[in-house]
Amino acid sequence: MSLAIHSLLRTRPLDQGAVERFLRDHEFPLVEGTSATFVFRGEVDAVFLRHWVFGLGSQQPFHRLPGTDLWYLVIELPRGSRVEYKLEVHRGGHSTWIRDPRNQHLAHDPFGANSVCQGEGYATPEWVHPDHEARPGTLEEVVLPKTPFGDARRLTIYLPARFRVSRRYRLLVVHDGGDYLRFSALKTVLDNLIHRLEVAPLIVALTHPHDRLIEYANDPTHADYIVNTVLPYMEERFPLFPAATARCLMGASFGGVASLSTAWRYPGRFGCLLLQSGSFAFTDIGENRRGPAFDRVVSFVNAFREAPGRPAEKVFVSCGTYESLIYENRSMVPLLQTTGMDIRYEEARDGHNWENWRDRLRIALSWIFPGPLWMVYE
Amino acid sequence: MYTESPEPATGVLLGPQRLAVTVDRELPALAADGQVAAISAGWQEREAEDDELQAALGNRAINLCLHARGDAVFRDDPELKDAHRVKQDRLRSIQALYRGRLVHSIAAVHELQRARGPADLIADEITAAIDAIRLVDRQHLDRVTAINDEYEAALRPGERPVVAAHREAIADILAGCAAVAITGGHVATILNRLRLFDLGPLIRGLPIVAWSAGAMSLTDRVILFHDSPPQGRGNAEILEAGLGLFPGVVVLPHARRRLLLDDPIRVSLFARRFAPARAIALDERCKIAFVDPGGPCGNELTRVLGEDGAVRPMEPQCP
Repeated sequence: MSLAIHSLLRTRPLDQGAVERFLRDHEFPLVEGTSATFVFRGEVDAVFLRHWVFGLGSQQPFHRLPGTDLWYLVIELPRGSRVEYKLEVHRGGHSTWIRDPRNQHLAHDPFGANSVCQGEGYATPEWVHPDHEARPGTLEEVVLPKTPFGDARRLTIYLPARFRVSRRYRLLVVHDGGDYLRFSALKTVLDNLIHRLEVAPLIVALTHPHDRLIEYANDPTHADYIVNTVLPYMEERFPLFPAATARCLMGASFGGVASLSTAWRYPGRFGCLLLQSGSFAFTDIGENRRGPAFDRVVSFVNAFREAPGRPAEKVFVSCGTYESLIYENRSMVPLLQTTGMDIRYEEARDGHNWENWRDRLRIALSWIFPGPLWMVYE
Repeated sequence: MYTESPEPATGVLLGPQRLAVTVDRELPALAADGQVAAISAGWQEREAEDDELQAALGNRAINLCLHARGDAVFRDDPELKDAHRVKQDRLRSIQALYRGRLVHSIAAVHELQRARGPADLIADEITAAIDAIRLVDRQHLDRVTAINDEYEAALRPGERPVVAAHREAIADILAGCAAVAITGGHVATILNRLRLFDLGPLIRGLPIVAWSAGAMSLTDRVILFHDSPPQGRGNAEILEAGLGLFPGVVVLPHARRRLLLDDPIRVSLFARRFAPARAIALDERCKIAFVDPGGPCGNELTRVLGEDGAVRPMEPQCP
């Protein structure tokens, strides 16, 4: 396939005017089939693409178009891909990471925002945007004054639209609740999926860690907090189904570890788990090479792999194929299947980020807590 | 009870009312002056939260409270409740088995639709494959009807004192009403309550306005449908027979959102599968009126799924 950048390279004269026309006639990154062309314009010394695609070199050099100030890079981008990136620009002995000035697509996370390249076939799901037809649920902030941590903890509670005390509801407990709300549009997603009847009306407890790398790394105090503080509080205040199968524990990354380890420590309390890009690092032999933050995670996952037991009934696992954790998550699936639990595994051509986790919520939540889609016609 | 009724009742079937209320215009058109019996059992435990419904009906509705009455019946007659639960479990089981058969039957049609070869031969094979789906549908409907009939024969709900008392009370209310309005909601719940209190004969003589699931429950067959659910294959399936008050149509509320109407292959299959009944998209502001002995008519927004895969305005148009 001949790319637009190749046509530009053949243009004569190849001058600033040709560059102007090329930039004016296209949007960037320019996705053509399974190729993506990135550009940067400026009098600089070097430009690199910095991305988080496991399997590609993390620093890809741009090429300068001879006689111009245009820098470009073509990479392979399989269909359906979604890649977050920044540009590393070198000038006068200094380098800075910037968002792509020619790309309006941004994804936010706790560290700021990245530019996003959407491959052919990827479309942001419409159900992540506010739907004026969807009745909105509500968010309520509460503080649990006494917790096993020894301090007070904030909890955000989502109640579905038309909440009724006379009904019973399923419960979803979410790790990193604030981030899910901010970066994965969780409230909008819940409102929409419940409105569409794809997910049963449910109550959500969104937790907020103080030090997630410690609390989520198989910390017994954290598991105690979830099971013996959050759960009783929610059961006392709200009309919840009493069955474990009506309770789901959910988290991403280290939050996935926290979900699994809590369920493992207290089997039968949460019947469902939703594990997104879990940091399930393990070793078959030798030392953990992911750094000290993973020491307790690796110890836990190694122990879990030795004796998984049956911590829940249904487990949804997802991971991006561009994540460094893809190997660990793929390894987890057959292990989970040996336990007799009902396992669902999904992959996407995406990375370790909140929009990947957002995009999987429909398939995950509608599998765990299916709504009355086929029976209700309002 | 589950046989098709060739003689339609008088009334209007409407699209969803939540965001575009049109029911207020229909009752005067049906010359229905006086009180309106409201059935909002599809809203289940929210049945009595009918302020908006009351307003739409000119504050002259009497809610029959069929859902609450049903709960009361099951509370007061444990034997009936237990038998009903057993029946519902059997219905769920048979629905799952039928769904499994459907997957293969429908896959055969889709495979043939992609086949290459002489067009006439492929067309004949597709027709035969659709006939096979229709057979699966018919057998399922027969089995569901048989389960319901067995339950009726064994339990005789109408002769049980608690049910009979409610039926009498409902009949008294209906005797003072000029029309009936049935809302959308959970279609199986609506059907269950309509059957439990044998509403078919009681409302047949009154003008009826029904929308969404309420409309579905009054046709010959209740078809559950969604072309792109988050889980599963999105094959339409028959739930069971409806009351048959408005025969010859399959009504499809929220068709714009639930069906891939721009996919001629799916549209054609849907239309041919349920023919000779006409599959009618019933979105907001759409209506099907059964007021003329010559047959139903639609308004300018009401569309019919064609066997050729096209979706066209319903003919005839209402005057």
